[in-house]
Amino acid sequence: MTSGRPQRERVILANRRGARVIRTRIEVQEQTQVGDALVRGLVRAQLGLALRLAAVILCTVAAIPLAMGMFPDLSAVGVLGVRLNWLILAVAVYPVLYGVGRLYVRLAEQGERDFVRVVDGEP
Amino acid sequence: MTGAPLTAAALLAAALATVGIGFYGIRLSRTTSDFLVASRSIGPHWNAAAISGEYLSAASFLGVAGLIAKYGADALWYPVGFTAGYLGLLLFVAAPLRRSGAYTVPDFAEFRLGSARLRKVAMVVVVVICSFYLVPQYQGAGLALKTLLGLPVWLGPVAVGGIVIINVVGGGMRSITFVQAFQYWLKLTAIAVPALALLVPFIRDGANLDGPLPPTVRQQTTVTVETDVVVQVAEPAGIVVTGDVDGVHLQHATFPAPGRYVLAHGTTLTLAAGSATPVVAGAPSAGSDWLASGRGLGGTHPLYQVLSIIIATFLGTMGLPHVLVRFYTNPDGRAARRTALAVIALLSLFYLFPTLLGVFARQFVPQLLITGTADAAVLLLPSAAIGGPAGAALAALVAAGAIAAFLATSSGLLVSIAGALSTDVLRGRVRDFRVAALIGGAVPIPLALLASSLELSRTVGLAFAVAASTLCPLLVLGIWWRGLTIVGAAWGLAVGGVASGVATTLAITGGIDDGLLGGWPAAVVGYPAAVTVPLAFLTMVAVSRLTASSRPPDVASIFARMHVPERLGMGIERLPRG
Repeated sequence: MTSGRPQRERVILANRRGARVIRTRIEVQEQTQVGDALVRGLVRAQLGLALRLAAVILCTVAAIPLAMGMFPDLSAVGVLGVRLNWLILAVAVYPVLYGVGRLYVRLAEQGERDFVRVVDGEP
Repeated sequence: MTGAPLTAAALLAAALATVGIGFYGIRLSRTTSDFLVASRSIGPHWNAAAISGEYLSAASFLGVAGLIAKYGADALWYPVGFTAGYLGLLLFVAAPLRRSGAYTVPDFAEFRLGSARLRKVAMVVVVVICSFYLVPQYQGAGLALKTLLGLPVWLGPVAVGGIVIINVVGGGMRSITFVQAFQYWLKLTAIAVPALALLVPFIRDGANLDGPLPPTVRQQTTVTVETDVVVQVAEPAGIVVTGDVDGVHLQHATFPAPGRYVLAHGTTLTLAAGSATPVVAGAPSAGSDWLASGRGLGGTHPLYQVLSIIIATFLGTMGLPHVLVRFYTNPDGRAARRTALAVIALLSLFYLFPTLLGVFARQFVPQLLITGTADAAVLLLPSAAIGGPAGAALAALVAAGAIAAFLATSSGLLVSIAGALSTDVLRGRVRDFRVAALIGGAVPIPLALLASSLELSRTVGLAFAVAASTLCPLLVLGIWWRGLTIVGAAWGLAVGGVASGVATTLAITGGIDDGLLGGWPAAVVGYPAAVTVPLAFLTMVAVSRLTASSRPPDVASIFARMHVPERLGMGIERLPRG
């Protein structure tokens, strides 16, 4: 249905990027009010991300001893002759740790890219 | 023991290689920056292997398997926590700490709060943590030499202490990254090959580790008790005892009934093939108890113990000076994050094998449970389960891996101690570094001799508790909270350090009687983190709020430097004076 329409094009009359880069960078570097607000936003975003992922791990990990304590029958369940509690603690927990770490690295780097984009005024 | 000469040769070769590599590495380092932080040019993969190589100590190599053999499911929390600590480090510390440009933890304290006195306080904490961490390394050395070669137990700490001191005094052991990276693969090989080889007899013999009875010995076994011990006898049939039992001298007698007995030192037990092993009091005796979670690691309040282990190990890694210093060798914060992530992967792979060996130990060397020295399990397993020349070769490989593990870790720790002492207390000359190394290496030796009753991983866990109660709050609050003040940080370090340090010293030198006040004092002293970590955080926050007027004025620019990506050109590298 789009066959009849011409492709959209972006037309730039004047590139005002240079001026803005310098201004915002200097604002961050010299800690003006705007720059400080930008850094505060970045710190808050990164801390929020770290805390949320730490909460995920804590809830998962704390749930294991509590669940085993409350339902002792649970740990008697076996898979291929290995008890569930051993399977979780000796094997399954490690990929979870790595996965959460990987997710954090990806999201934290994305947050930093967004920050640099705002500062450098790229669209 | 037929393999003794082979084992001795392997031990000697590993020790010589470690020392030689240390001297070789120092010749390749030219500038101060090379020496301290390898000119900040190491990529994530090499650096991650190097961190793992330095991090995997006697506690990981010997202690984890021993603890699992002895206590079962709840001991699995130690390897999980040793790995998860790097997730905590990744989430809260890695990138901002690297971007701060500081080169040690005391330097970070000075960078963040601008106080030379706080720097000194942090330095003292670094020395305390490293000293506590050295204790289990020496202890492991004593155990290994005694188990493998029958040498007296005091000789190991003295010998390894001596080698490490000579090594660090003579040249330093901040050896080049690729050597430490190689160390990781050496340790992985030395533990993975025996574990996989033992998988065959384990599956073939198909023993049942479940059930109401403790594990049974496979052939006639004689055990001599060396220190007085209380054992739980579940099934007296087949056990012949000679010596003082409950204060009565017995000669070739049997235990009259199942129950608890006090065996004086010098008592010999002869277990006929197929008889059930007596188990040291406090450890689970029945197989079903060993398999179940929630039984703790001896003593009362198992849930508290597990919680405290989780807190200490999850938060303690971010306060370990010898680990943190390697993160400064990354080129930027992004690489620091990727390094921490790669360390998680490498450690996850490594810890599969000590876990397996811990399970195998219960089948092949259950006699270790009588005296409770299960830390020797990894060393004894190959010859017990496989035997012959193959078993002897595997035993030599394990021995070499073990000695490499505690030499590498203790050299790294001693360099951290000597570096901190010599630059922040003495005048930073090479002579000062050597004096500091001599003192720092010698002090933990008597502690290691006193601590021989505590399992290796538990002693390391205590060092983690001290780190989690001191440097962890300093770094986490320093990086994320603008309100931290000098006074608040100093009070937090002091309160957390004294509380956890006193508990650790008490636990190492003998602990507290379990019967006192329902067992809570014993539990808190043995596993202090769940109390001392919140205490340290609260003190730091509360005192900082009370002294809010003394916040450093340039905190905004410090925060920008720690958190803004390097591309914006905010970072400044700090280098030591002189």
